[in-house]
Amino acid sequence: MKLDPSIREAVLAAVPSLRAFAISLSGNVDRADDLVQETLLRALVNIDSFEPGTNLSAWLFTILRNLFRSEYRKRRREVEDGDGTYAESLKSQPEQEARVEFREFRAALAKLPSDQREALILVGASGFSYEEAAGICGCAVGTIKSRVNRARTRLAELMSIESLDDFGPDRATRAVLSGGERS
Amino acid sequence: MKNRKTVASRAPDPSQEPDGNANPSLGGEIRGKIGRQLREMYDDVVAQGVPDRFVELLNRLEKQNEK
Repeated sequence: MKLDPSIREAVLAAVPSLRAFAISLSGNVDRADDLVQETLLRALVNIDSFEPGTNLSAWLFTILRNLFRSEYRKRRREVEDGDGTYAESLKSQPEQEARVEFREFRAALAKLPSDQREALILVGASGFSYEEAAGICGCAVGTIKSRVNRARTRLAELMSIESLDDFGPDRATRAVLSGGERS
Repeated sequence: MKNRKTVASRAPDPSQEPDGNANPSLGGEIRGKIGRQLREMYDDVVAQGVPDRFVELLNRLEKQNEK
């Protein structure tokens, strides 16, 4: 079987995002790349079950996510790296100050439950709609929405604690005061 | 092929979606920061492109399948 050139091109085009998703799931670049490789193998072996006209990258993300989940169940304890190897994956290091902030962000992200983290990444970074993310995670759209919301709330809490400590205890007030601005 | 677009083209900033108001207690400043850092982290990996090993993998698989 020769791959349809357009499929081949689309698969390769999805690789950078698959890697970013895999790194955010596993927190480890090498394992993420193995995960992507395994995903591509499965995808090509099962390419006949892909329905042309449907979303190829969502299909690949689904395979990757399922692979990660089944592996995760097996080796739950080694999975969460959290901070360290993530940094190594990042080539363009921002300025010193921003780097500290960035590290705090990654540490906070690593503290989220994995279902919330994957939902937030799919919607907030991969650019999938809630419906697509629900399809990838095999759950209801409402579930994805609530996971994303809980993830944002928790991250905001974690980051408020980090960044607002210097300003005293009343961060609820501060959050309200800054509430008018949107990104 | 339209499929590729999903990942390439960014969905609207989630903080701008109606659903984004579900947490009125969440400060806009922090919300914006979360969105930006999330994308920055992700895009940093995306910007690394396609490592050679994946192109080689596809080549190898296609060769195998030709037999």
